[in-house]
Amino acid sequence: MAKEKFITENLNNDGIDRRGFLKCMAWAGTGAYCVLRGGVLTSYALGDAALRHGSLPRATKGELAFVQISDSHIGFNKPANPDVVGTLRQAIAKINSLPTPPAFILHTGDITQLSKPDQFDAVAEILKDTRAERVFFVPGEHDVLDDDGAGYRERFAKGTMGDGWYSFDSAGAHFIGLVNVMNLKAGGLGNLGTDQLEWLQDDVKHLKSSTPIVVFAHIPLWSIYPDWGWGTSDAEQALSYLKRFGSVTVLNGHIHQTMKKVEGNITFHTAMSTAFPQAAPGVGAGPGPMKVDAGKLRSVLGITDVNFIRGRHTLGITDSTLES
Amino acid sequence: MKSAIKKQLVLLALAIPCILLAAAITRAATDSKQSAKETRIEIKDFSFQPKLVTVPVGAKVVWVNKDEEPHTVVSTDKTFLSRALDTDDTFAFTFDKPGTYEYFCSVHPRMTAKIVVTAPDKQPMKMYGMN
Repeated sequence: MAKEKFITENLNNDGIDRRGFLKCMAWAGTGAYCVLRGGVLTSYALGDAALRHGSLPRATKGELAFVQISDSHIGFNKPANPDVVGTLRQAIAKINSLPTPPAFILHTGDITQLSKPDQFDAVAEILKDTRAERVFFVPGEHDVLDDDGAGYRERFAKGTMGDGWYSFDSAGAHFIGLVNVMNLKAGGLGNLGTDQLEWLQDDVKHLKSSTPIVVFAHIPLWSIYPDWGWGTSDAEQALSYLKRFGSVTVLNGHIHQTMKKVEGNITFHTAMSTAFPQAAPGVGAGPGPMKVDAGKLRSVLGITDVNFIRGRHTLGITDSTLES
Repeated sequence: MKSAIKKQLVLLALAIPCILLAAAITRAATDSKQSAKETRIEIKDFSFQPKLVTVPVGAKVVWVNKDEEPHTVVSTDKTFLSRALDTDDTFAFTFDKPGTYEYFCSVHPRMTAKIVVTAPDKQPMKMYGMN
């Protein structure tokens, strides 16, 4: 993977308006678009009209826009969504209609339902329709069934290390794809493993603390609900290597609903699925596909648009459903 | 002639219940062998039901996935390992060694369960009068 040159810039010491940022993140679920500029947080209601007429403040020079999608589960065919291909196509269409086409898409895993070759092929075919230049992947537990991830790695992990981890740079930010769905132990949670942790520590060692970091992995890297496997046992270790950085964003999937947390300089975010929702933590027997009324399905599936302005601690994270 | 026929009739009269009894014993023996041989575990609501199963050596255990999520059946000591089971898929394993087998779903590792396999019964069937 070709690495862009690091941009050395005179970064402002913006204080991040944390209270405002948290308030804005609470609105994001209803479609608010938040931008931090020069330390000041501004939010914009994300109505259809605003998107269509492009009246939102868009790409200033040096802005990077990318999109996170997750949990497409191609091959799933149960009542919760009999047409996961259709809803993924809707998500792609939505991405393609964004005023600023994303530089790339991050897919945070559970790309397929059963790791079958035809399911991987189907996803690759559908994603050809995206306007984004490329798609980066990390696998979910559904992508590494029966073959220890060989099928996944052959298709979506060329040039990666170990079970499929890697990093790349874009617009001065450092992106890290981690794999936490391999070698899961009985009674355990997601797992990164010592090889990957050693690689991570080495990978960020020489970066300036002002480099914005974006980490993406399938299972959440914070403890949301261990009883349902919503957490990663050795995530603390990984995050300890990132504590010194001024801006760290962690993007995850797996739980099929949006959740956010801010801890110091680290912002955690989980995305909706493009296939089916899951229940809120602890509601019901387990983290299985949750059936909603057919008319309601599109309102619980969606994408995440992320806008990053180079040279500042700025990251606007916007979740929007397939309905909006 | 009359006494010969009478003898045959008596023998027949005695034979029938013996045959029936033998059949019943055989059937009972076969039945108990079958129910000892196949134990069913349902994978449902992200759990193995029942979570603890005790079977004799030689028993065959059959898992069936009733969830809408795929699951696997993996013993922690690598004795048995299923491929990914979609809804209604089954996996079977015959236990020929006594012991305690802890297992879990490698896709959802919080799902754990246990099978205890007991040593063979030392008492042969008494009804044959052999000991």
